[in-house]
Amino acid sequence: MRKVVEGSYAIADAVRCCSPDVVSVYPITPQTHIVEHLSEFVADGKLDCEYINVDSEFSSLSSLIGASAAGARTYTSTTSQGLALMFEVLYNVSGMRLPIVMTTVNRALSAPLSIWNDQQDALGARDSGWIQIYAENVQEAIDLTPQLYKISEDPKILTPSMSCMDGFILTHVYEPVDFLDEEKVKEFLPPFRPEYVLDPKNPKTFGAFADPSWFTEFKYLQFQAMERAKKKITEVSKEFEEIFGRGYGGLIDTYATEDAEVVLVTMGSIVGTIKEAIDELRREGVKVGLVKIRSYRPFPTEDLKVALKDANVIAVIEKDVSMGYESALLTDLKGAFYNSSIRTPIIGFAVGLGGRDIGIKHIRTMVEKASKVKDARIESEFEIFDVKPECL
Amino acid sequence: MEESLFAPGHRACAGCGMPTAIKLVLDAAGPNTIVASPTGCLEVTSTPFPESSWRVPWVHSLFENAAAVASGVEIALKRFGKTDTNVLVIGGDGSTFDIGIGAISGMFDRGHRITYVCYDNEAYMNTGVQRSGSTPFCAKTTTTPTGKLSLGNPRPKKDMPAIAVAHKVPYVATASIAYPVDLRRKVKRSLEADGPAYIQINAPCITGWTFEAGDTIEQARLVVETCLWPLYEYTDGVLTDVKKIRRKRPVTDYLKTQGRYKHLFKAEGGAEVLAQIQAMADANAEKFGLID
Repeated sequence: MRKVVEGSYAIADAVRCCSPDVVSVYPITPQTHIVEHLSEFVADGKLDCEYINVDSEFSSLSSLIGASAAGARTYTSTTSQGLALMFEVLYNVSGMRLPIVMTTVNRALSAPLSIWNDQQDALGARDSGWIQIYAENVQEAIDLTPQLYKISEDPKILTPSMSCMDGFILTHVYEPVDFLDEEKVKEFLPPFRPEYVLDPKNPKTFGAFADPSWFTEFKYLQFQAMERAKKKITEVSKEFEEIFGRGYGGLIDTYATEDAEVVLVTMGSIVGTIKEAIDELRREGVKVGLVKIRSYRPFPTEDLKVALKDANVIAVIEKDVSMGYESALLTDLKGAFYNSSIRTPIIGFAVGLGGRDIGIKHIRTMVEKASKVKDARIESEFEIFDVKPECL
Repeated sequence: MEESLFAPGHRACAGCGMPTAIKLVLDAAGPNTIVASPTGCLEVTSTPFPESSWRVPWVHSLFENAAAVASGVEIALKRFGKTDTNVLVIGGDGSTFDIGIGAISGMFDRGHRITYVCYDNEAYMNTGVQRSGSTPFCAKTTTTPTGKLSLGNPRPKKDMPAIAVAHKVPYVATASIAYPVDLRRKVKRSLEADGPAYIQINAPCITGWTFEAGDTIEQARLVVETCLWPLYEYTDGVLTDVKKIRRKRPVTDYLKTQGRYKHLFKAEGGAEVLAQIQAMADANAEKFGLID
């Protein structure tokens, strides 16, 4: 069923189709519409679940720990400050191997206060042990929802996951989307039947503490599960495509990379703008392509090596910055190639911070800067893009 | 005798009041119970992986979120139609009075059928006796030391049961390990309540309070008999029961037995503080009608 709806409504409907047992929420802009629509579904009898309004994001994710440990399929959504408030709980969820699924609406972190989009929030949670997949558009965010449950709940994975979607740009946009068919989702996503639950008939201890003789093993097993998730994400994506007819590649996707000299690497909604810019540039004879990161954690090292091996220069465009160094994806990508035979120059741009608009003309400027690198030395390895001249 | 639901072999200090409280609580609640605990003495002494003292399902997440975790457990049980299972939180005073109070307020406010049990040893004992919101007036802790300018903790103990009552929860009680019949009855009553309940149990800490080995229960009895720890019960916001004190003892009978109050009997200004603490006990006796 194809309809023009707001992105948040579409996500709420996708969550509904996944039949969560417990939804626990706390409102924060620009995530609010998702949870409002979910509450409407419950009020109208369209979603049969326990829906709780809690006292903070800290409590929303914490309550899902209890619910998930008791055997419930769980959902929450947050953004920015809310994700930051959850920080301690994020690590706890992944360490307890609870397959909670969350929509992370990407928004800048204060100060200064900004309700607008960048990806500093989720990238700050990079090492929290959650699978992070970034959606290019609302359709991909819809389709990710059942896929993430399927990935996270796999007994060999048991790792929480977040679907990252850019705040306002995707949550508040009205565009035509295909809704999920509930019956097909049931066929695709089996019910959640965890092996270990809080059950008085079979008492188990959840969340024991580990001294130095055990902690490493917990982390090793978590690490291995995340490694297994790489294959699982690709498999689930293919399986989804077979049933629903929409595919997005695996851990990454590529656009016009075959003969590309300059290859851009990015994630999230900016992919759409970049594709437009590439179409323009290609018509003018500029050989530019794009690698879209879907899965940021687990990091698609091997896929990136294959996709980027023939580029003359790589330019990473991302909406975050690590004060005192550079941006996260740039660092990760350089690290991924260091011990390989790939010696392609890599530069990076931090763009769109706190919701600054990035248009085709900006992409063209970055491609131009990257094109200069291929013949000469790297002038600037990293820059915060589009800064007012008076601050430079 | 039936096997306790809290198994021996835990690492609590010899003379700790907390395991006694836990055994009594679980004894009253029975095996059809799920417990959530915050980080603290109970958690670290009862669950060193791969061992556990818990013979009921038990879950620990963080220091400040046990009430939220329990809320999730309760809501999932409701979802699965298992509403006959008791859900308890059992945590110390640091997580209850201070860092977890937001999550507790939320749990009360949402009306979950959960009994929140605080074993109150009146400081952060697990980290080495630092002051909490529950530490009594002028008790010495490692972050409210005595000194030329200090007689210990400058603030009175936070009135957590009153905070619970203010949330209009159906059942609130204080209890003591020195009165096990009363304690077990209160746990049972709390589990019959149609909504959240709060029970605060005095749990003497031998290392933090420093008293004679073997005196744990005696400490718990003395604090009740001095009226510093009134035993009472609020049902639907109304005071419905108090433990009457036959022979009210002076607070010094209690304070003089503990290292954390030793300075009050020596330092300048100590006598005034002792008088102030006596006044607090007298106010409790008056407020709750402890003396006939």
